[in-house]
Amino acid sequence: MATSPAKPDQPAITPELIAKHGLSPEEYEKVLAILGREPSFEELGVFSVMWSEHCSYKNSRPELRKFPTTGPSVLVKAGEENAGVIDIGDGWAVAFKIESHNHPSAVEPFQGAATGVGGIIRDIFTMGARPVFLMDSLRFGSIEGETEQAKTNRRLFAGVVAGIAHYGNCIGLPTIAGEVYFDDSYNGNPLVNAFCLGILRHEQIARGAAKGVGNPVFYVGAETGRDGLAGAAFASRELTEESKADRPAVQVGDPFREKLLLEACLELLATDAVAGIQDMGAAGLTCSTCETASRGGTGVEIDIQLVPQRAKGQTPYEVLLSESQERMLVIVNKGQESQVTEIFEKWDLPYAEIGVVTDDGMMRVRNGDDVVVEIPARSLADDGPVYYREAAPFTPPAPLDLSTVPYVDPVEVLPRLLAHPSIASKRWVWRQYDHMVRTGTAVLPGSDAAVFVVREANKILAAATDCNAVYCRLDPKQGARIAVAEAARNLACSGAVPIGVTDNLNFGNPHKPENFYQLRAAVEGISEGCIAFNVPVTGGNVSLYNESPAGAIDPTPTISMVGIIDEVSHITTQAFKKAGDLIFLLGEIGNELGASHYMLAIHGRKEGAPPALDFDKEIALHQTLLGLIRKGLVQSAHDCAEGGLAVALAESCFGNGLGATADLCSVDQRPDITLFNETQGRIVISVKPSDAAALEAELAKTGVPFRQIGTVTDKPDLQIATGASLYNWPVAELSGVFEEAIPSLMEA
Amino acid sequence: MPKVTTVMRCAVIQFPGSNCDTDCQAALNSFPDVQAEIVWHKETSVAGYDLIVLPGGFSYGDYLRCGSIARFSPIMGAVRLAASAGVLVLGICNGFQILCEAGLLPGTLMRNRGLLFRCEHQHLSVEYTGTPFTSGLNKGQVLDIPIAHGEGSYFADKATLRELNANNQVLLRYADADGVTSDEANPNGSLENIAGICSHGRNVFGLMPHPERVCDALLGGTDGRAIFQSILDSISKTSAARV
Repeated sequence: MATSPAKPDQPAITPELIAKHGLSPEEYEKVLAILGREPSFEELGVFSVMWSEHCSYKNSRPELRKFPTTGPSVLVKAGEENAGVIDIGDGWAVAFKIESHNHPSAVEPFQGAATGVGGIIRDIFTMGARPVFLMDSLRFGSIEGETEQAKTNRRLFAGVVAGIAHYGNCIGLPTIAGEVYFDDSYNGNPLVNAFCLGILRHEQIARGAAKGVGNPVFYVGAETGRDGLAGAAFASRELTEESKADRPAVQVGDPFREKLLLEACLELLATDAVAGIQDMGAAGLTCSTCETASRGGTGVEIDIQLVPQRAKGQTPYEVLLSESQERMLVIVNKGQESQVTEIFEKWDLPYAEIGVVTDDGMMRVRNGDDVVVEIPARSLADDGPVYYREAAPFTPPAPLDLSTVPYVDPVEVLPRLLAHPSIASKRWVWRQYDHMVRTGTAVLPGSDAAVFVVREANKILAAATDCNAVYCRLDPKQGARIAVAEAARNLACSGAVPIGVTDNLNFGNPHKPENFYQLRAAVEGISEGCIAFNVPVTGGNVSLYNESPAGAIDPTPTISMVGIIDEVSHITTQAFKKAGDLIFLLGEIGNELGASHYMLAIHGRKEGAPPALDFDKEIALHQTLLGLIRKGLVQSAHDCAEGGLAVALAESCFGNGLGATADLCSVDQRPDITLFNETQGRIVISVKPSDAAALEAELAKTGVPFRQIGTVTDKPDLQIATGASLYNWPVAELSGVFEEAIPSLMEA
Repeated sequence: MPKVTTVMRCAVIQFPGSNCDTDCQAALNSFPDVQAEIVWHKETSVAGYDLIVLPGGFSYGDYLRCGSIARFSPIMGAVRLAASAGVLVLGICNGFQILCEAGLLPGTLMRNRGLLFRCEHQHLSVEYTGTPFTSGLNKGQVLDIPIAHGEGSYFADKATLRELNANNQVLLRYADADGVTSDEANPNGSLENIAGICSHGRNVFGLMPHPERVCDALLGGTDGRAIFQSILDSISKTSAARV
């Protein structure tokens, strides 16, 4: 069995080979210092993936420490395990996380997106939680027009959506919310961020630690193949014209296998036979062995020859670095092996005992009699390089000079905004997702937040995902603050109180100071927001190097926020319910057009300063709304976001065949400003006439600005009077352009 | 003691890749005196059950033709036997596809005509009520029951279609809100807007829509309850007749 000690089949460790593995000369020096010798080819590969940004967060870790991560409800903290866990009462908890699969989706949209979903689901059930729903946050270049770029963007969009549908539908998890934006900064580098939430009892929390010296280490799940070789390293590079040649770095997903793996693991974790469990995600077998050993304060020794393999003749290097999907590492309490293997056999899953937990702190990989890797596990997992990058000084954007903004008739603007793909209905997307399986979806996609009833726990969860990257481009910190506020506002509109945040930081190459500034500022903005709303960041993902030859993407720190609704009667949606109901605006009329979608979509200008945000006012607004909802005074609630008040009013008219009149005659400013500004902290609610007095009395107590602006009507028209003008749009026309915009682009 | 005998026992078959199994179980158990249990596909008996449900999902990933591998599962021998003995068998979505593959229902389900997976609320017209599955409904009644499938386009040859119509085996058709079975209301290109059919013996029923998803007003509707109620009423009548 033993190969010759010289290993003539292996490449020599040259500076070129080291560079090809993405390790800097300084990092290689560190490798030499840890090992006290030259690494083997396999070891070089192991260091390469473990010290990639994707696995080590070497460029972002000092920034991420700024997040508030603790709190009385935090059961498992960010960074401790595969996902954070938050207490939701009565002995129940939720595990949730968002993760990116941007680069794989850029070169192979269907499988890239599918495996992104598969990966995040594994992160959740590895925690011992039963996954209950998914969300996703997507960004593409513009899909309008007949340019090659637009055609490519449409192909990417269609492929990503189909890939998410393929995986989520097959495994049987509803995709109940999300967001999709289109902007040319994502040309060549789309963003695919997938979120999963699972539910568990406190006592079910599983740990990814290799506990118990002498315990056997089991491999279960799909056989290891050559797919996804060193994908973590691939994800930590800029995309170039040559990236298509990296297609082998994209994995192929098998949702059916993952469904079996999910059920088997949950059955397994219900026994007391498991000492530790870890999924094989980025960096596969390498990452799972060294992380479990590091967390357990132990060592792990495995034999490559025992690993179930898809093809013959794979080298140890390939097996170690493969990112084949649907695989788990399970540390079993010695003596309980048969209990575990019976469950694997029931679910027809390949498995093998591939190693043992040791007491020497080493990650040791054998190939039969040969030792091919021997590295201190803790050094590999935790002692990776950390970089304090340089941030460029920030020049705040000049405020928008309104005198340079030509007036466009609002009659024409509103339908154009509603037809803008970023604002238009995403029904074309979510109709492809099974959003009702698991029979808990109480609010279908398309409202401010998704609402899901977890029957076994008797809990009502709400979730929203938000990030306006135009704001972030112009002022990263302010954009990030607004992303947190908007997510919280969306939850409030559904009747929920926020309990936790997971973030996906999508940025360009951090070596460029202007990009690093964006990362740092966004983290600070998110931190401020989370501290203000008193919600912990429970984990997330950092995706850097999101660049194409045309440059970096707009900074996109996606915020996914989870909330709790106390009672069924508090569930609130955005659609108007009944003619005669009175419409109130909570918050100011507003006047900020900087960074707005009106400027972007109508004037083609991405400029100006994003709107101001006052967390105290914002919190008062949300608490006031929740108070009104709990008193049963609110028929519908919808926040004003992209497109401002006019878009919010139009969207509230959709769904129940109703119309609305709004009287803003007393507002003395340009009608386009009144209708389309994106001033923060505004919510449109409707109220039964009989409750109006009670509502006003409640509002008067709080100090939140409000005004009655109109009435819900049977006549299916949206009618807004402002200044001296009266605008009238048939709702059917508005909903027509809103619904048809994306299908007509995609089905042409 | 006398109450115990009236409990209806329902088997929800769990194939590898089933994903509506627990949804069906919960929907059935929301009715009084019903005991729905998950039965693993490697079992070989369904003796003692009053109703057998083949739930939705992606059995064996549906990587081959939908349902074409599940029909070889060990449990299917027992399901076939029970069906021939007159036990009620309900196949929903992937369950419908499996029943067709197993030859317990005629025809087949093909890729949706738009090629995309579709999940949405869908109106259905009740076509025939002389079966245990539809006895509580009215002919022409419009139900709102969601669909969620990529391969739900019902197809059968002309002779089979003729026979299905002549024997009143088409129980549900896709329709608009007014019950008109127009082409616009057809979400997947099914022949004659067929959404659900029963066997010649009227004890096997397959449908693409998911009645278990609309058994609770909180989840957007209760029209699914009418189908389950019909089934349960039929079973209790039969048991009463037996006594």
